[in-house]
Amino acid sequence: MQPKQIAGMSPRVMTLVSLGCHPISGRGRLAEQDGRAVELGMKIAGEDLALLHAESTSHSAFPPLSDIDKEAQLRRFLGMGLPDIQVVKSDVKQDVVASLMSAIIDRQPQILLTGVRAESGEGSGMVPYLLAEMLAWPMVSNITDIIEVTGNEAQVLQALPRGQRRLINVKLPFIASVNMAANKPRQSAFGPAKRGRVSFSNEAEADALITSELFTIPDNGELDWQIAPAKPRSKRMKVIKAKTAADRLKAATVKTSSAGGKVMVNETLTEKAQAIIDLLQSEGVLKR
Amino acid sequence: MHHSIVRRDPRKTQILRNRLHPLHASLLSEAGDVFGRSGLRRRNPHLHPHCKGFIGPNGIKRIDRSSLLTQGIQGAIAEAETANLPLHQVQNPQQYIVAVLDMAGGRIGHHDKDMLGLAQQMASQLTAQLDEECAVVAVVFGQHKEHRHENDNFALSGVDRLVQFDDGQFEGYQPDNKLAALTLLATALDPVHWLFPDSVNGGTELGSRLAARLKVNLAAQVWKADITECVSRAESQRKDIYRQTPSILLLLEEVAMPVDEIRHEARPLAFAEHEFGVTNPKIIDGGLLAVDPNDIAMAEAEFILSAGNGIHNWQQFHDVAKQLGATEGASRVAVDDGFMDRSRQVGATGTWVTARVYVAVGISGAIQHMQGIGQCDKIVAINTDASCDMVKRGDLSVIADSEEMLAEMARLLTESQTQDDAQGDEHAA
Repeated sequence: MQPKQIAGMSPRVMTLVSLGCHPISGRGRLAEQDGRAVELGMKIAGEDLALLHAESTSHSAFPPLSDIDKEAQLRRFLGMGLPDIQVVKSDVKQDVVASLMSAIIDRQPQILLTGVRAESGEGSGMVPYLLAEMLAWPMVSNITDIIEVTGNEAQVLQALPRGQRRLINVKLPFIASVNMAANKPRQSAFGPAKRGRVSFSNEAEADALITSELFTIPDNGELDWQIAPAKPRSKRMKVIKAKTAADRLKAATVKTSSAGGKVMVNETLTEKAQAIIDLLQSEGVLKR
Repeated sequence: MHHSIVRRDPRKTQILRNRLHPLHASLLSEAGDVFGRSGLRRRNPHLHPHCKGFIGPNGIKRIDRSSLLTQGIQGAIAEAETANLPLHQVQNPQQYIVAVLDMAGGRIGHHDKDMLGLAQQMASQLTAQLDEECAVVAVVFGQHKEHRHENDNFALSGVDRLVQFDDGQFEGYQPDNKLAALTLLATALDPVHWLFPDSVNGGTELGSRLAARLKVNLAAQVWKADITECVSRAESQRKDIYRQTPSILLLLEEVAMPVDEIRHEARPLAFAEHEFGVTNPKIIDGGLLAVDPNDIAMAEAEFILSAGNGIHNWQQFHDVAKQLGATEGASRVAVDDGFMDRSRQVGATGTWVTARVYVAVGISGAIQHMQGIGQCDKIVAINTDASCDMVKRGDLSVIADSEEMLAEMARLLTESQTQDDAQGDEHAA
């Protein structure tokens, strides 16, 4: 379903993409959330969707990929049918957010889409929030769809826990992070991926745009980080606080302990049904 | 002298010997003082507090603790013990650790309790290190379902001070208002650490927003922390980052043991009424969208109506589920018999559900099924067998025929629906 748009008013959309990493094998892949963000961006802007990737060399402790591997990974997004991707570089002293800012100010997108959390690197999920704060744009998290874009407003669908959805009206320009419940990315084809253009922006040029007014988080601690393979977390044991032997025996053997709930036996059918409906209403699951 | 002959009631004696007899307890209590043949009052060993137990029929002393294990008495004991727990007080806190609770479903969840457990650990470390009193402040947005009293769940979970922002400006999706409230708190208390649950219920978002606003560092997906060092997951859970504990922590589940065996004050911390509303909001909440309950994944459905062997009228079951707006579930028997799809099966071989409310119709509660519903909050059982496990587990159990019960529920729901419609029409007119 194409969103309803006013003719000739197609908004400028940009998607931030990152390098994917399979959680088990650690091999590079098309980042799942970013792929969904690209798919959603293409739904609105088609081939005009701008792709932006910020390459950071600051996480020195994470094993760096070779340039060829990185480019191969970024080309997977181009394989979805997009002509080019812009890559901005940042050095150790500079956060990726600062280098992203310059590219965003340059391209002036109206809708900026990201994943919720990057699969490689620290993956704190802070990038969209920092950008929103710096640009003073509204930020909507965990969207699954953009239903409508009119004039200076968009209607988006937000994913809530337990499969619920919320409608949100948000003023353009805005930033949104895309949830895993959004439409899956289309297949990435080899030919278009090979033909697409990966343009690296000049570092010096990018740096010049960053003024001291834009804040950078004092992240000097990052160099003191120690990074190790993830330690398996121990499973929490069930603690039985029984004081007597009889209690311990009961805790170990009785399969269903009575929760001390209310049992209705002799009431009329109507009373029983009403009690159930009252409970459902007090829990707020009965929507009316 | 004529001594009245003391006669024993053989039936009473038999009942008094048989502690499983339904009249045993009542006879035991009415037995009262016993006067011997000489007229002397005899101590009743069954009642005397120092004399636990009684002599059984074959002359062996028995101590019966089964009555202690019944739920009613145990509940009363638990309540009395709660009141006797030592109270931890913070009189003049100079330092604060703020924990923003998710309150998913309006209640303090496991994730919140783990976070408060860590908050208390960090508070005691800070107190020891700085020699200044440190209080844990819990922040709650919107309405909640916890009953406030002296030994409520806040006090037992480790809340020293409680800040409630409970007016309408925080209902729904109001990130800007919540952020404004937290910024106010930041200036008022200047907390050492902010703790948020790293969860889809809003903790992650609010924590990230606050970090961006306050321009401070944040560690996400933290699974171990103290006041000096924290460990967080990175790179799709494949790496651990060890670093100095930053100001804001987004905590994973089971980050610490919840507070136990101690009460805290949970003293309300009042803030002057404040209007946080932005005059020209850029984000407007358009409300929840109606979602087909059967499209929601079973594992995350909030409200499940589950059918078992006791259902005979399947069309009726589907109709009632639709009317209630509940996701349908089934026991293994119902699935094996072909009445429900395999994907609907709840239990060890099916889906482990996390519903807040689980209504089991005609399910007796095999252990495999009970495992599958272990994480559900409220369980309603409709069954003809009063002794089945599901009825024992249920928070509300109804002993009735499933078909009659569902018909009655459907009737009541339709009735209230038509009433609402009529009222709506009146308002419209």
